[in-house]
Amino acid sequence: MIGTNIFLGQLKEKLTKRSSSAYADVMNDIHSSIRAAAMALVACWLLAGCSLGIPADPQGSLERIQGGEIRIGVSPHSHLVEFHGDQPPTGVEAELLAGFAASLDSSVLWVPGGEEELIGALENGELDVVAGGLTEDTPWVDKSAITRPYAQSAGPDGKKVGRVLAVRMGENALLSRLERYLDDRGQ
Amino acid sequence: MAENEQTHLPAEQQRHLARAKRLEWLSLGYTACTITLVAFVLGNSQAMKTAWVEDMLSTLPQISFLVAALFIRKASTLRHPYGYHRSMTVGHLVGSVALLVVGSILAYEAASGLVKQEHPSIGTLQLWGNTVWMGWLMVAVMAVIAIPPIFLGRAKIKVAKDLHNKLLFADADMSKADWSTNVGSIVGVLGIGIGWWWADGAAALFISAGILHDGVRNTKHAVVDLMDESATTYDQQKPHPLIKTLQEHFIDKDWVGEVGIRMRDEGHVFHVEVFVVPVDGEVCVDTLREATVEAVALDWKLQDLVLIPVPELPANTHAAHDTESPT
Repeated sequence: MIGTNIFLGQLKEKLTKRSSSAYADVMNDIHSSIRAAAMALVACWLLAGCSLGIPADPQGSLERIQGGEIRIGVSPHSHLVEFHGDQPPTGVEAELLAGFAASLDSSVLWVPGGEEELIGALENGELDVVAGGLTEDTPWVDKSAITRPYAQSAGPDGKKVGRVLAVRMGENALLSRLERYLDDRGQ
Repeated sequence: MAENEQTHLPAEQQRHLARAKRLEWLSLGYTACTITLVAFVLGNSQAMKTAWVEDMLSTLPQISFLVAALFIRKASTLRHPYGYHRSMTVGHLVGSVALLVVGSILAYEAASGLVKQEHPSIGTLQLWGNTVWMGWLMVAVMAVIAIPPIFLGRAKIKVAKDLHNKLLFADADMSKADWSTNVGSIVGVLGIGIGWWWADGAAALFISAGILHDGVRNTKHAVVDLMDESATTYDQQKPHPLIKTLQEHFIDKDWVGEVGIRMRDEGHVFHVEVFVVPVDGEVCVDTLREATVEAVALDWKLQDLVLIPVPELPANTHAAHDTESPT
């Protein structure tokens, strides 16, 4: 009986020790996670401080275009992209992009073609932007970065649909600059 | 009611169970909010998508626990003579396998995105007339929602210990580690921000590895419990101390020469077979009955205890010998 009591006493001691060390573990976890979250927040602030560089383009598109040349793929679409012989294209989207190029102080290389061909060239980095009456329901979302709709107009089935432009995938500085330009134009 | 069984949890454990249920409902409500919030800032980032799916998966153990909590109250029947306690372990297994499967799918997606060099696109959105890069919003949302699960997890671990509930423990452990998912997705998004397209896929891979790890570990624990592994502590780390307690209880009886114990975990309570070798080779039924009733009263987790007098102990029992009066 005495043996049992000693054993139980030891067990009790062990258990309390164990639970207090478990409590310390939990507290450690909490402290380290709060520290990590705080570090993440500080990192955000630091990065926000130099947010001019964020987002950046992995392939440096925007940097190349500014003061240089922007390669725009255009696919014909009534009212939005229209061709007149050797003249630069006209229409809502062509004019929007001409304005965007001017805002970046860059010259435009217009590359006419079919939509699939242009998106392929965009994917390969041969083009920077593609216009041609794309809508927010476009199937090209996996192959290009789609802007937010710059306007609503009647789509192929007569329903109102958002009109979008396509930018090379992952070139987030160019995408963001274009969206900002479209926002400013909209207001 | 049979004298070798307990059908109700004691008042203290009932309070813990009620608290556990409240915590799980709270977790579910919280996760519903974060799933909705993250859906708005998902973008094209694989890391964000992976973290989002993990949020959804994290509800599985919570739902399993709440469903199982309905079943464990049922009394045993002729058809289910061991009761419904195993529903906890079944819930544990189902949730763990889901983690394993979805974790694998997400890891594959992240890896194939890296191999195919898919460059994630994150654009802007308009916030009160300003054009803001969506990455900042993602970072802010992920940073804010990272904090509460740490506290929920901490509270749940305490209750899981008191209730000896491995499903609840697994859930609490996942909640507690949830912040690493958020930090991972923040790093991924900031990586995209500075032009490292691969940071997103790498972060997604890191997060899915965490999901896979949880899946493997929990599946293992649930399977060994269903395979009637000898009872362990709630964290599966060591043999449960009640085995020792029971050995001591029986060996202290004058009439017991040797005792051997088989204890299995039914999810949150134990079923126990106690083999005793009587000193004189015989024992009276009343003595057995008395010893059984006393033993069951030792701890609420000893839900069903069977005492079997034998001439010698069977193999593979936790055996103890009376050293004072050798047989």
